[in-house]
Amino acid sequence: MVKFSEEQLAEFNRLVSRYPEGKQKSALLPVLHLAQDSFGGWLSAETMDYVAEMLQISSIEVYEVATFYSMYNLKPVGKYMFEVCQTGPCMLRGSDDIIAYIGEKLGIKPGETTSDGMFTLKTVECLGACGYAPMMQLGKHYREHLTREKVDAIIEECRSKAANMN
Amino acid sequence: MSIKLLLEKAHVEGIRYFDVYRREGGYRSVEKALKEMGPEAIVEEVKKSGLRGRGGAGFPAGMKWSFIAKPEGVPRHLVCNADESEPGTFKDRYLMEFIPHLLIEGLIVSSFALGSNDTYIYIRGEYAWIVDILEQAISEAKNNGFLGNNILGTGFNCNIHVQRGAGAYICGEETALIESLEGKRGNPRIKPPFPAVQGVWMRPTVVNNVETLAAVVPIINMGGEEYAKIGVGRSTGTKLISACGNINKPGVYEIDMTISVEEFIYSDEYCGGIANGKKLKACIPGGSSVPILPANLLLKTAKGETRYMNYESLSDGGFATGSMMGSGGFIVLDEDQCVVRHTLSLARFYRHESCGQCSPCREGTGWMEKILKNIEYGKGKLSDIDLLWDIQRKIEGNTICPLGDAAAWPVAAAIRHFRDEFEWHVLHPEEAQQRNYGLAHYADPIHVPATA
Ligand SMILES: Cc1cc2nc3c(=O)[nH]c(=O)nc-3n(C[C@H](O)[C@H](O)[C@H](O)COP(=O)(O)O)c2cc1C
Ligand code: SF4
Ligand code: FES
Repeated sequence: MVKFSEEQLAEFNRLVSRYPEGKQKSALLPVLHLAQDSFGGWLSAETMDYVAEMLQISSIEVYEVATFYSMYNLKPVGKYMFEVCQTGPCMLRGSDDIIAYIGEKLGIKPGETTSDGMFTLKTVECLGACGYAPMMQLGKHYREHLTREKVDAIIEECRSKAANMN
Repeated sequence: MSIKLLLEKAHVEGIRYFDVYRREGGYRSVEKALKEMGPEAIVEEVKKSGLRGRGGAGFPAGMKWSFIAKPEGVPRHLVCNADESEPGTFKDRYLMEFIPHLLIEGLIVSSFALGSNDTYIYIRGEYAWIVDILEQAISEAKNNGFLGNNILGTGFNCNIHVQRGAGAYICGEETALIESLEGKRGNPRIKPPFPAVQGVWMRPTVVNNVETLAAVVPIINMGGEEYAKIGVGRSTGTKLISACGNINKPGVYEIDMTISVEEFIYSDEYCGGIANGKKLKACIPGGSSVPILPANLLLKTAKGETRYMNYESLSDGGFATGSMMGSGGFIVLDEDQCVVRHTLSLARFYRHESCGQCSPCREGTGWMEKILKNIEYGKGKLSDIDLLWDIQRKIEGNTICPLGDAAAWPVAAAIRHFRDEFEWHVLHPEEAQQRNYGLAHYADPIHVPATA
C-alpha cells in the first residue's frame, strides 16, 4: 500500500496550496515527482491511482500526464540512473563515445538496467548543459565535462555509496 | 570591455544570498517601481527600452504587456518561462543559478506592472537543484518584505511559486506551458484566444522568458531610453549568448549587440576560437531551431558585409542566406563535424519532442529522421534529398504550434547550404562511414557580384 508519510503529506499540502481553490489538479506534475521520489523511483499503477485520489481527479488524468513526460518512469529503474544527453551539441563533444563506454562498462544497452538492479543507462535529449558537454543527469544533479576516467569514478562512487547504505 | 547589465555582479562572492545582493544595489528597482512609478509607467519604460523577448521569437516585451486583458474581478497572472530546452541554450540556467535574485527582482516589478498577485516560474524538471536556489531566494525576499502581503507598505501583494516540469521540450511553447501548469499534457492550444486574454485557468496571462524578465531590472533602474541607447537598431540592451560545440571557451556571455560574429568566435573575451586549432565549418547561431550557416555566410552576409551578433544582422538575407538570433544558443561545428549526422541528431530530437497533435509534425518528424538515418548510414538515394526537402516544406506553416517549423528549418537549411555533403553520403556510402566530408568549400570567400 502506498501512502505518503507525514513529512511527504506536508510537502503535498504545500504544493497544492500554491494554486487557486478548485485548481488542485495543477499540482499534478510536482506531486508526481514527489510520488516517484517517495515510492521507489517509478510510478506504478497503484502509485498513480493514489495520486489521483489525493488530488480528487480521475486516474486517467494521471495516466495521461505520466505517459507524456519523459522524467516519469513507468517501470522500475536501477538505484542509480545515468541519463546521458545525446543531442547535437553534446554529440559534437563526444557524447556517443561516453554512452558506448558506459554501456560497455556496465554491460547494458541504453534503456536497460544491470541485473543487480544498481544502474540504469538512459539516453536523453538536451538537458541545458550543452557548454559543459558531454554530460549526464544523476539524481538531482548534473555531472558535466565527462571523460572515461570521470565515468569510472562516478560508477565507483555509486557502488561505495550503495555499499555504505547496506 | 562590453557593457554588462545582467551578469555584472554574477560572480560577486555570495551574490546568491539576499544580503549580498541587496548590498550590491539589488531590489532598488522594486522600490522605484512600486513607490515612484505605478503600473502604466513601468509598461511605458519597458516599451521605450525596445526590449525584445529573449525566449526566441523576439517579440517586443512592452507591447506584449500592453495586450493583457483586464476584465473586472478576474485575476491576472505572470508566468516566467524557465523551461529552457532548446538545444544549445543554457543561459537562463546560468542566470538563475548564479544570480537568482535578479530574476526574483524582475518578477516583482513585472508582476506589479501586470497586476499579478500569484506569479509562477515554470522551470524544466531536470533543473531540480535550481528549484531549491529559487525557493531560497523567494523566501529571503519575502522575509525582507519584498514579497508577500503589502510589499514595502504599498498595498501590493505578490507571491512567486516555482513549478517543475517533467521533461518535455514542447512545454517551452507558451500555451503548452500553460496546459502543463494546469496539470495536463503539454499540448499547445489553438490560438486565438491568446494567453493575454485566456491563459492559465482561462485568466489573462503573460508568459515571458527568464532573461526578458531579468532585463526589466536595469530598464527600471536606468530608464527605458538609456537602455535603448545600448546596442544597435531594434537590438537594444544586452543579450545572453550560450556558446557551445567545438570552441575553446564554451559558456554564457553577455554581449551588447554591436560585436561581430567573428569577434565573438575568435576573441579571447568570448569563445576563444575553434578548439584544437581546427577550422570553423558551420554554426547554428540561435538554438537548434534556427538555420545552420556555413562559415562563409556566418561571418559575412551574402553582400559581403560583416555579420554582427544582433537580431537584424543575423537574419540578414532571410532564410536564403541568413539565420536568426533565436534563443541565443550558439552552436559551433569544426571542420571534422558531419552536417548530416548533426542534422540527424536534431531531427531525432524534434521527433522525440513532437506532442503528436498535428499529423504533419507527428509523422513528418519521424519520416525526416528515418530518411536522414538512411543517408547517414549509407543507405540513402539521391531522391531522398528531394524527399526530405518536400517533407520539411509540408510541415512548415501547417501545424498548430511553431515546433513544426522548428523541426523543418534545420533540415531545410542543412540541405540548402550543404547539399553536396548529403550527395556525397549517398554517392560514397562506404567512404562516408570511414571519414567525414570535412571543411570542403564551406569557408571559402563569398563571391559578391559587382552591383550595376
Ligand atoms: C517548441 C517551442 C519551445 C519553446 N521553448 C521556450 C523556452 O524553453 N523558453 C522560452 O522562454 N521560450 C520558449 N519558447 C517561446 C515561447 O512560446 C514564448 O514565446 C516565450 O516564452 C515568450 O517570452 P519572451 O517574449 O520573453 O521571449 C518556445 C516556443 C516553441 C514553439
Ligand atoms: S506542431 Fe508538433 S508539437 Fe506543435 S502542436 Fe503540432 S504536433 Fe504538437
Ligand atoms: S545538447 Fe546535451 S545538454 Fe544540450
